Amino acid sequence: MGLDVVSRTPADVSQDGAVALEARADHAPARARGGAWEGASAEKHFLRYGMMPHMLCPGCGHGIVLDSMLRALARSYETLDDVAFVAGIGCSSRVVGYVDACTLHTTHGRPLTFATGLKLARPDLEVVVVTGDGDGLSIGGNHLIHAARRNIDLTCVLFNNEIYGMTGGQLAPTTIPGAYTSTSPMGNHERPFDAARLVEAAGGTFVARAQSFRTRDFEEIFLRALDHKGFSFVEVMTDCTEYFGRTNRLGNGADLLFSQARADVAIEADLAGRPTLQEVPARPVRPVMEMGVLHESRRQTLEEAMGLVEDGS
Amino acid sequence: MSERQLIQGNEACARAALAAGCTFFGGYPISPSSEIAELLARELPKRGGVFIQMEDELASMGAVLGASLGGRRAMTATSGPGFTLMQEHLGYASLAEIPCVVVDVMRGGPSTGLPTSPAQGDVMQARWGSHGDRATVAVAPGSVQEVYTLTIEAFRLAETLRTPVAVLYDEVIGHMREGVVLHEPTSEELGLRSGPRGPFSPDFLPYEPDEKGVARVPDFGRGYRFHVTGLMHDERGYPTSDHVKVERLLARLERKVDAAVDAVAPEAYRLEDAKIVLVAYGIVARTARAAVDALRAEGVPAGLLRTRLLWPIPADALADAIGRADLVVVAEMNRGQWAFEVERLAGRHVQLAPYLRAGGSIITAEELVDHVLLASTKGATV
Repeated sequence: MGLDVVSRTPADVSQDGAVALEARADHAPARARGGAWEGASAEKHFLRYGMMPHMLCPGCGHGIVLDSMLRALARSYETLDDVAFVAGIGCSSRVVGYVDACTLHTTHGRPLTFATGLKLARPDLEVVVVTGDGDGLSIGGNHLIHAARRNIDLTCVLFNNEIYGMTGGQLAPTTIPGAYTSTSPMGNHERPFDAARLVEAAGGTFVARAQSFRTRDFEEIFLRALDHKGFSFVEVMTDCTEYFGRTNRLGNGADLLFSQARADVAIEADLAGRPTLQEVPARPVRPVMEMGVLHESRRQTLEEAMGLVEDGS
Repeated sequence: MSERQLIQGNEACARAALAAGCTFFGGYPISPSSEIAELLARELPKRGGVFIQMEDELASMGAVLGASLGGRRAMTATSGPGFTLMQEHLGYASLAEIPCVVVDVMRGGPSTGLPTSPAQGDVMQARWGSHGDRATVAVAPGSVQEVYTLTIEAFRLAETLRTPVAVLYDEVIGHMREGVVLHEPTSEELGLRSGPRGPFSPDFLPYEPDEKGVARVPDFGRGYRFHVTGLMHDERGYPTSDHVKVERLLARLERKVDAAVDAVAPEAYRLEDAKIVLVAYGIVARTARAAVDALRAEGVPAGLLRTRLLWPIPADALADAIGRADLVVVAEMNRGQWAFEVERLAGRHVQLAPYLRAGGSIITAEELVDHVLLASTKGATV
């Protein structure tokens, strides 16, 4: 049982949350947890209100994802003094500024390099990397596969909204085939990256994919990623309403959220050939992707190999 | 460890880094700097330090900055092409005020150029290589001994001014072996980072400057929660586009590095009554010194100003040295990068005759003597 390679049925969609909590039962946390902020609005203790109002658009999935991350951290920490959030450039990377932790907003595509130096300098810190699909897979793709190869004990969350939001809706290496962006006016001709499988092949030892639609699932997965020793990678599907949604006429934020669920409808219906967005204009259907924990293994981490921390492998 | 040892320039650099308390090196192999990485790969882990070979120079600088924010004295070493890739993060380090030392063992360029031939072609790259108006510090050692002392000084400047400091020397200095005294630096020679005024509080200001104009940024994981960004920021570290705050920030970053001018003074050689002033740095200053002696032997009143600091430019010392001269000869292994700066600072009455070489061979004393004699007799600007 558990969350490993979850294939959803429409029934699951309606019972979202309950499924995730069930899966939580067989997960034993590696660290002692503070648990001080257990409760409905626990995440509020970790927000940096001086940075508000935030810059995310109405309907954007990034806030939902951040909320889940903070809820997960609230189960582990009383304060985020010893948690560093390292991010690159883009809408997703900007969210670290709203977290009351040691936050490092670096350069485009390079957060994993800063995080590598920080983690090796201070292996005792919890280092969380927040990146986007453009940041982490296009300009920073090389750093991603090398961090995975090294199996350095970082937790990397890649917000995948399939587009460049901050610069105005340009083509990303994750844009689905046929989708319109401001730099693919005739539709995307390129095959998108499968980020999770890429990281697994490169040597990442915890690889998962989640959705902003299923917040509780993501919260559980993120918690497991934090606890995992080694390079943990969580790709989380989140939506850009302003550019991806509007350009492709996919409706509002809620419509987009439900389109994540409808990918599962596609599984159920056994739709061959994965319909493009344009073929189903009124009903956005995404390529079917596996959700949940896709890979988990234990291998000596870089810090263990270097003798910076005790080798528990 | 005070006896004289015969070592290479790059080895002196690595030894200096260890003596200066460097405990993190992130780098990528490149000729002619690789010996620095190789030595530190052996020595750092023995001393509780961390050595990591990153996937490229962008990553190297990123790792160095991450480690520095984690409280380490951190460095990297490279050559021209790698220095180019590091420029993005050098700009970041300047703005976010993260200390680090970058050694650039210069080779012929542009592009892959002359991988194992000497050059001084990265002088302007060190100044303007990263976009925007960035204040920079770059030292230029002229001997293996000075590679040692100026690398230690580079760490002191980087830590106390919270800024990246470049150590620029050419391939000849990097690979030349000389007798060197590896002295242990004193605590003054090591310097300390500027840190926060008091314990963490909700109104804590990580980018509030101290009396020297240096931000009081703490290290990560010391009980302070704060934000570091490459965006223009206010004293809280929060992004701002308030043009008054941005102008003030840029002016402060420029002003704070002026402290390097007093710290790394130029060397005057037979300048007292000199009418012909040679200006040089690095390996060229060695042959220029020999040229001055040869010219003096022939009764020509020549002298040498050897700068050990390229940026910020030691303008006062330069003006003093060249103000009374009839002829000023800047000799350097590039197409006139520092010569342009000297020209900018020299009055219109000063005759300038730079001697430039970018083909990958060093400038000899004989060539310099011939050049000076020709320029001074013909009054020509070569």
